[in-house]
Amino acid sequence: MKMHIKQGAQVSQAVPSQPSVDLDQVNAIIQKYQTMPGAMLPVLHAIQDALGYIPPSTVPLIADQLNLSRAEVHGVISFYHYFRQQPAGRHIVQLCRAEACQAMGADALAEHAKAALGCDFHGTSSDGQFTLEPVYCLGQCACGPNMQIDDDLHARVSNDKFNRLLRAKRGAL
Amino acid sequence: MSTAITVYVPRDSTALALGAEQVAAAIVQQAQQRGLAINLVRNGSRGMFWLEPLVEVATAAGRIGYGPVEPDDVASLFDADFLAGGQHRLALGLVEEIPYLKNQERLTFARVGVTDPLSLDDYLAHEGYAGLRRALELPSAAVVQEVLDSGLRGRGGAAFPTGIKWKTVLGAQSQQKYIVCNADEGDSGTFSDRMVMEDDPFMLIEGMTIAALAVGASQGYIYVRSEYPHAIAALNQAISTANSHHYLGENILGSPHTFHLEVRKGAGAYICGEETALLESLEGKRGVVRAKPPLPAIEGLFGKPTVINNVISLASVPIILARGAAFYKNYGMGRSLGTLPMQLAGNIRYGGLVEKAFGVTLRELLIDFGGGTASGKPIRAVQVGGPLGPYLPESLFDTKLDYEAMAAVGGMLGHGGIVVFDDSVDMARQARYAMQFCAIESCGKCTPCRIGSTRGVEVIDKIVAGRADKIQQIHLLRDLCDTMINGSLCAMGSMTPLPVLSALDHFPEDFASGAVDKAA
Repeated sequence: MKMHIKQGAQVSQAVPSQPSVDLDQVNAIIQKYQTMPGAMLPVLHAIQDALGYIPPSTVPLIADQLNLSRAEVHGVISFYHYFRQQPAGRHIVQLCRAEACQAMGADALAEHAKAALGCDFHGTSSDGQFTLEPVYCLGQCACGPNMQIDDDLHARVSNDKFNRLLRAKRGAL
Repeated sequence: MSTAITVYVPRDSTALALGAEQVAAAIVQQAQQRGLAINLVRNGSRGMFWLEPLVEVATAAGRIGYGPVEPDDVASLFDADFLAGGQHRLALGLVEEIPYLKNQERLTFARVGVTDPLSLDDYLAHEGYAGLRRALELPSAAVVQEVLDSGLRGRGGAAFPTGIKWKTVLGAQSQQKYIVCNADEGDSGTFSDRMVMEDDPFMLIEGMTIAALAVGASQGYIYVRSEYPHAIAALNQAISTANSHHYLGENILGSPHTFHLEVRKGAGAYICGEETALLESLEGKRGVVRAKPPLPAIEGLFGKPTVINNVISLASVPIILARGAAFYKNYGMGRSLGTLPMQLAGNIRYGGLVEKAFGVTLRELLIDFGGGTASGKPIRAVQVGGPLGPYLPESLFDTKLDYEAMAAVGGMLGHGGIVVFDDSVDMARQARYAMQFCAIESCGKCTPCRIGSTRGVEVIDKIVAGRADKIQQIHLLRDLCDTMINGSLCAMGSMTPLPVLSALDHFPEDFASGAVDKAA
């Protein structure tokens, strides 16, 4: 029933190594959105879409070009749950933790997911494949419990369905 | 060759989450194999989610439904000649005749599930843009008056009269005004905004355009939560189509009016559903709540007069303009006029979207529409109005769903989400979760919310631990709730105590054995 993933203390919270960042690419992104009113969130989204996270080394660039302090930029990045400051695993698994899914067994599914991946929420499985994130509502509340793997939504997720979906992702590598 | 038969497979994200994409692919493949001509339309969802993916076929008698269809069922559907409405174990008959749908009063959701959401022609063929055309013939004050007269109140949860907001913005003197749509639908148990955006995006665009004409705004933003990528994609595509057909942009339908509309993506902060936090976020800042006054209608986005309304409020405007305020206010009761799209969620057998006039009882929704729990066990509690709504026991199920009637029993309607729990629910755990959620999502500006929520989790842990001082701890929890209710800056801190106190009041037995002090 369990996923065939090694479990144990050494596997949790694996942080993939920080790749080098193409700052020219980041500059081009910032310049694209710079003149937009309220450009900050669109800039941050575009950087995360391109790089998978918002590297700390980009903060001075954003601050400089949006005419803000680095503290202000860091403040915005750290305020929003969606923005990542470190790279994630290859796939992001979001499990809904909110009431409608709770009513359908989301807490038990969360325990299963943690055990299967050998990591807690915000952690990454030891093989770097899956980062587990909580999400508070995917808007599929009549068909819980719900999860999203990368861009794909899945409703009525049982433990078996969870295992099957992750196995499929693994197989598709 | 005979003419192609139209087959509908929804593109709504719940249908996708249940495999609609694979079903659509299987239908196309089977049709090709069998040399049959079909015209596949990706419609919205009818909102009967236990039937998704719900496949429909257009026949002379009307649209015949089959569901829930799995990819493996598709070959047998063709074998049963479903293209001619043939019998099959998944056959549902005429979709419009399914009681769940037939017994609704769909005004805002009239087109949802019927049309192709991204087809402007389909929208126009189903009364689309009739509201805007009428608004273009009226002076702006008359448009505002129509919305005022309709009795429409904010559907996001606060229930403030929409027309009064508009009137304030109309009266404000400024070169620049904004229309902002609050599409940060973060309440668990709600999905009506999502359905409008995915399944009938032109309706929201039309509503915002009418708002812009009414108050003299030239720029609009739809702030959509990042958890709704399908809604963002549908809106962007619909906006692009509306622009190229002069329903948006400069000289709308040949008039002197200009309205530019843009989608902005949130970033996973529940608090950004609070209107002033949303405006901060749109400006590129942390989503921290602003003190009011000034009201957004006077000093809103970038300090300019701003109409900020929920998706359903704005989506209700086209039909109000098209059919008139009197038509709309004819639905509903008391001071709750019109209809509310309610959402049946959680542990419910027939979950989905039910649009009814205000005044329907909770029991009618839970039993007549919802069919009780999905698990088959008795319903123990329902949470109406999202994470900030109280938990209601069975004894209150005959309450009418109307803003005032709900408030009279200590409840709230909020955004119309109803989350059902069966008798396995632990209400102390739900109370703890309410505090924990507030601790995670608080913007941090005011102390009662930021600190109170964390203290709340701790106190509930002490209560359920069965310590000797349990009675004192319950006093403390009620005292803390009182501070949060009266001392918080916005609804996040002031309403988080509602689920907590309702759990304590209605389900004291869940807070360990021993007597719970109800009077405190």
